[in-house]
Amino acid sequence: MNPTDIVDREFLRDDIPEFGPGDTLKVHVRVVEGTRERVQVFQGAVIRRQGSGARETFTVRKVSFGVGVERTFPVHSPVLAKIEMVTRGDVRRAKLYYQRDRIGKAAKIKEKRAVRP
Amino acid sequence: MATKAIVGEKVGMTQVWDEQHRAIPVTVLRVAPMRVVRVKTTEDEGYSALQVTWGVRRAGTLNKPEQGHYAAAGVEPGRHLVELRIDDASGFEVGQQLTADVLAAGERVDVIAVSKGKGFTGAMKRHNFKGQGASHGNHKKHRSPGSIGACATPARVFRGTKMAGRMGGQQVTSLNLEVVQADPDKELVLVKGAVPGPRGGMVVLRDTVKGTSGRTPGRGES
Repeated sequence: MNPTDIVDREFLRDDIPEFGPGDTLKVHVRVVEGTRERVQVFQGAVIRRQGSGARETFTVRKVSFGVGVERTFPVHSPVLAKIEMVTRGDVRRAKLYYQRDRIGKAAKIKEKRAVRP
Repeated sequence: MATKAIVGEKVGMTQVWDEQHRAIPVTVLRVAPMRVVRVKTTEDEGYSALQVTWGVRRAGTLNKPEQGHYAAAGVEPGRHLVELRIDDASGFEVGQQLTADVLAAGERVDVIAVSKGKGFTGAMKRHNFKGQGASHGNHKKHRSPGSIGACATPARVFRGTKMAGRMGGQQVTSLNLEVVQADPDKELVLVKGAVPGPRGGMVVLRDTVKGTSGRTPGRGES
């Protein structure tokens, strides 16, 4: 436990689902346009989770019109309206930077199969 | 001079969110309730200040003069005795308690602390010298300061020439920092930005002496 956790505690969100690298998410981001606020969805694979406490962030990567786009969000940011889990990925690494060098079928992340009872 | 001041302990840095969902970097300072041990006024001492202490200290660790000093004031012995220079100390009395609610969110403060000791450092780190080139025949002089003066005239190095030496471990004042939150219940004060010194170090907060007049507000600030 860090000494600054007494401050962090009230800012931590408890409505964030458990997710990790390889998972595909729909991140609902609040966007302010002038006086209006709307929600934008950013869907992609988590390629990194870094930091701890209130300062923890994660990076989502997607390929948009052939261009790779990565966005990094603070996990506990009030900007995030919702995080929706799409698929769980089966990966062996914590940081999926190798995804940047891959295109097409090679960039596909295997889906984690549920363990049979 | 400042109109109010308090003593705290640096806890560390973290971030908080403001109403516009922006992350604000803050330094967390623990401000334990302080007890006034002595009030110094211009009439009696030639300057005005408050002598305060905080926390607890076993009586056995005090020497006789210290014991006498606390006993005369009728105040519980604390961690240290610190003098806070303020404009007018006459409104305070011995034994009075001061807490973090002296400050409020949005106020501007100066933070005074002893910076982290860096040891004996070179001119590049200590005085932001540029150093020398990596190539063009340079040999083992990449971080050297270069020339430190002329030759036969004046035949000496001027006093105060910037050279390598001890860095840090000195009193540093960070001016005009914003108070993000002051919570007397949790005994915490959050100050925007960095504060000199190591975690656990003692810091003195006072309301800013240089003021905010003439300062252009930053982006998004009112």
